[in-house]
Amino acid sequence: MPLLVLQRLVSTIPVLLVVAVVVFLMLRVSGDPAAIIAGDTATSAQIEAVRQAFGFDRPIWEQFLAWIGQVLQGDLGESLFTGLPVTTLIAQRIEPTLMLALTTIVFSVLVAVPLGVLAAWRSGTWIDRAVMVFAVLGFSVPVFVLGYGFMYVFSIELRLLPVQGYTSPFEDFGAFAQGIILPTLTLSCIYVALIARITRASVLETLNEDYIRTARAKGQVERTVLFRHALRNAAVPIVTVIGLGVALLIGGVVVTESVFNIPGLGRLVVDAITRRDYPIIQGLILFFALIYVVLNLMIDLAYTMLDPRIRY
Amino acid sequence: MTTSEGNGPVLSIRDLAVALPAGADRRYAVEGVSFDVGPGEIVCVVGESGSGKSVTAFSVMGLLAKGELAAERGEILLEGEDVLKASPERLRDLRGTRMAMIFQEPATALNPVMTIGDQIDEVLQIHTTLSPAERREKVIAIMEAMHLPDPQALYDRYPHQLSGGQRQRVMIAAAMVLDPVILIADEPTTALDVTTQAQILQLIKEMQERRRTGVLFITHDFGVVAEIADKVVVMRHGAIVEQGPAAEIFANPKVDYTRMLIASVPSLEPPSREPAMGPVAVETHDLVKGYGGKSWLGRATQPAFLAAKDVNLVVRRGETLGIVGESGSGKSTVARCIVRLVDPTSGAIEIAGTDIAGLSTRALRPYRRRVQMVFQDPYRSLNPRRTVGASVMEGAMNFGLSHEDALARAQRLMGLVGLSPDALDRYPHQFSGGQRQRIAIARALAMEPDVLIADEAVSALDVSVQKQVLELLDQVKREFDLALLFITHDLRVAAQICDRIAVMRRGEVVEEGPTRELFLNPRHEYTRTLLAAAPGRHLGHAVAAE
Repeated sequence: MPLLVLQRLVSTIPVLLVVAVVVFLMLRVSGDPAAIIAGDTATSAQIEAVRQAFGFDRPIWEQFLAWIGQVLQGDLGESLFTGLPVTTLIAQRIEPTLMLALTTIVFSVLVAVPLGVLAAWRSGTWIDRAVMVFAVLGFSVPVFVLGYGFMYVFSIELRLLPVQGYTSPFEDFGAFAQGIILPTLTLSCIYVALIARITRASVLETLNEDYIRTARAKGQVERTVLFRHALRNAAVPIVTVIGLGVALLIGGVVVTESVFNIPGLGRLVVDAITRRDYPIIQGLILFFALIYVVLNLMIDLAYTMLDPRIRY
Repeated sequence: MTTSEGNGPVLSIRDLAVALPAGADRRYAVEGVSFDVGPGEIVCVVGESGSGKSVTAFSVMGLLAKGELAAERGEILLEGEDVLKASPERLRDLRGTRMAMIFQEPATALNPVMTIGDQIDEVLQIHTTLSPAERREKVIAIMEAMHLPDPQALYDRYPHQLSGGQRQRVMIAAAMVLDPVILIADEPTTALDVTTQAQILQLIKEMQERRRTGVLFITHDFGVVAEIADKVVVMRHGAIVEQGPAAEIFANPKVDYTRMLIASVPSLEPPSREPAMGPVAVETHDLVKGYGGKSWLGRATQPAFLAAKDVNLVVRRGETLGIVGESGSGKSTVARCIVRLVDPTSGAIEIAGTDIAGLSTRALRPYRRRVQMVFQDPYRSLNPRRTVGASVMEGAMNFGLSHEDALARAQRLMGLVGLSPDALDRYPHQFSGGQRQRIAIARALAMEPDVLIADEAVSALDVSVQKQVLELLDQVKREFDLALLFITHDLRVAAQICDRIAVMRRGEVVEEGPTRELFLNPRHEYTRTLLAAAPGRHLGHAVAAE
């Protein structure tokens, strides 16, 4: 196992390198980087000064090596506007996003997997149909509609939960919990729908397998047949979809954070793009790429743990 | 009907009727079924697919498909207790403790993500209050009793790491660990090689003798019945047509159907055949196929495993060459190389004088038509979403035949393989296994090949259907002057159809010769082992002697 992890880690290096090259070129192909950084109203002397300061006058491979050297040391540059290091900005904003992602995934899995198993077990009955109708709805309603809908009902009409904002769980856990409920529900809907659907399909398929019959022939109770025999064999597609869900979550987080005014990475991305703050955009892309790669690695490792037939 | 000791039967089925769902072709899956299984008695229920033999077995276990099949009448007495009246909880208590079941395909009947030990242990977990240490001890003991090698190490292995025979032993271990009074075996050896089959049958006999377990054995093969049955129950269309002691049934079958089933068992007496003198259609020279041996970065190195080693074969037009061997012997690898479904590692494959072993995909294309294949599982080798006609005509049209000509050819072929031409408009699921294999043969013939490869083409079929498909293959071979390469694990089948036989083991051809000679004077020890393992090998003599 440790060797496998090492092998897979080494094999992620080329992927990250390609991402780094693309990110590096992003600034260079979108025009004169010095002019972009200096801004719309800069004089040619100012642009020239920027060129000197950032080293844009040097050969491109030299620039790349210098940049990648910095990145490897954990230096992603500084924001063009605030002058703060990008790593600091990410560190400041990561907690709310991480918390929201965590609560969303945990909630989605806890709700969706049992729902999917139940639908498969009772396939063709009203339970199955109800779960599937919910799944279609969950897919179809846009995140912002859900978000404002929940906000209207629970915060404005019923006055049960705060409208917007975020409190760190390390400061005040009660406030955190209250604040995170609506964003989590909003963001979870689509994942619950997705995971429940895949779980249902996957479990339904395994329920027809011979070993399910064998388990019943041993006198096993239905619950154990479902969760021990069927679910674990159905797990590979489910884990794949959960993993992809976590990766896609980053996109969903952008909207949800805007709706609920949560100061997370999603908001940082939006702000950086509207202000064309290139170092932040570059840094975030690299950071997200790293997360994707690590997630993929974790999914692959989960496969080998779930199914002994899978070896890399 | 009880045993000599005068004990009551452990299982007694009385006037059982199981209703089919509305709209089925008949009202009952089984009706009026009555028979007993005594302690230490092996009762074989014999019949073709659809005879209701499996439904009877599943009724005993209470494992009929919910909502589709339900016992309507009769009783099933397990040691006097009617299981049809038992509550679901009571049934669960009985399963694994008083009655147990093993299945046809051990590869799919075991949970692929659980270790062997855990799967046997599960029975103890459900039904006993033993401590983990006691349970482990018991599991190891039963694995030893099943002659599984090195049980301690095997305990933590997964099913895919075991051979087919070992997997079936594990299934039997899980079934027998709590010493049930009855073991229900649903075609437990059909998916196994002949030698493995013989060992598993031996093991079941041992269980029955040592532990006095009653065995309800479901099979379609009278050859297997001859090996183990004390009593035989013959079923057809959901009803019992004949039952009695095995010796009596074999010596004096009362109904035609039983006689037909017994006669369908291929005998080990090959008919004498004229050697074929046609031109050579396909020839291999030192054919090698290796697998594995890829380095970390995916570069090929020396193969780690040779599936075929220096195989030299010649098949003439109008001749049937059998390749016989067990799973893993490399017989299918050779076939796949000749069709170029896999690329050989080295050696030559000559078709009509051209070496196709190294040809590029493009250069190979004209030769694709010349070699056609019929696969083992007719349920999976036809595309379920396309009509039979589309499947049969596709290949010929790929090679330039017009739709009208292809249709005319397909209609002619349907007649030839014994199906009506309107079968072309229907879908594969509307046909039985035997009919599907006929369609697969028609599909291959539509390409007008020189060489036809049948890879275990009759292994998934009932013996009675097997016989008809064998006759069809023999007929088309003569009619189209084909070179037929017939791959099988079953020497009995090979005896019926092959002019010559090559016996393969671990990738090598260990013996080759004219069928009759090979059967009368097997030179290699492995050939003798295969011959000795063939079920029902004495049957041919018995029937012939009458």
